[in-house]
Amino acid sequence: MESALTTAEPTHLAHQFDSLEQQQQTATLGMWFFLAQEILFFGGLFMTYLLYRWRDPQAFQAGSYTLDIRFGMTNTLVLIASSFTMAMAVRSAQTDRIKALVRYLVATGFFGVTFLCIKYVEYSDKWHHHHVPGPLFHFAGPMGQRAEVFFSMYFAMTGMHALHMIIGLGLLIWLLSGALRGRYSARYYNPIECFGLYWHFVDIIWIFLFPLFYLIGRHYHGVA
Amino acid sequence: MASPEPTSGHHIVPVKIYVVIFLALACLTVLTTAVAFVDLGPFNNVVMLAISLLKTSLVVLFFMHVKYSTRLVPLIAVGAVVWLLIMFGITMSDYMTRGWLGAGSSWPRP
Repeated sequence: MESALTTAEPTHLAHQFDSLEQQQQTATLGMWFFLAQEILFFGGLFMTYLLYRWRDPQAFQAGSYTLDIRFGMTNTLVLIASSFTMAMAVRSAQTDRIKALVRYLVATGFFGVTFLCIKYVEYSDKWHHHHVPGPLFHFAGPMGQRAEVFFSMYFAMTGMHALHMIIGLGLLIWLLSGALRGRYSARYYNPIECFGLYWHFVDIIWIFLFPLFYLIGRHYHGVA
Repeated sequence: MASPEPTSGHHIVPVKIYVVIFLALACLTVLTTAVAFVDLGPFNNVVMLAISLLKTSLVVLFFMHVKYSTRLVPLIAVGAVVWLLIMFGITMSDYMTRGWLGAGSSWPRP
């Protein structure tokens, strides 16, 4: 028998791996393959954005001008803070500080919820101004209905991003309950590490969404 | 039970590096927002995307540990971006050349 099988904690080492190290590297690699797929999944949305903005750049500038840059920038900083606390959570697991792990996971969840609350305020503001695409859509100024495509992209892309955040928060609760029951240690923290990669990926998507939606119309002068 | 040596073989990044990366990301966010108010014409897009790519690199290299990982991980990440660029390139080369043969565009711009 392999000595690793007898010395490692049997509950954490799946039978197809020789060692915890091999198991961890395999899990991390699998997570990166998943993220590569996610890049192409969001890539389809970025492709559509590129195409429609190339087709009618003025409508995109006019639409962007109506977004509140203060909300956008605050949310970017909130997500960066949540990425930092997530990186610290992984580090706490690596160094076997489980109380700190719990604290950093809670902080990450707090920033994630803050982001979604700000997004909710923005969405309801768009709803009240009839900027949601559909039969009630109305956009004042020379662009008129041409701006609708900008808001379609805005809701599709920020909505898909927000859905990823909501799924992430669900996973975070699952990790938190595991951490509170002593499931993770410096020997075994694969789920924490892989979730961290997912969370940072979602942060990166927002790093591109913020300028592409909030920053392209700042010096728009209202004329096509 | 708790053996002191790290079993994962993972590099443990000093807290100071995480703090510096966090501050750099926050500064770049403020910078990209400030630049958006200056009219640089088409170069606004260039500056905006350059800052976003720089921020992405910092997150990927340090927060996602790619700087300390095996070579296989960056291969997967760069591979995904290459396929993304192929999608952008081929799709745009279709739409941007549709009017070239004088038949009129099948997808007119407003």
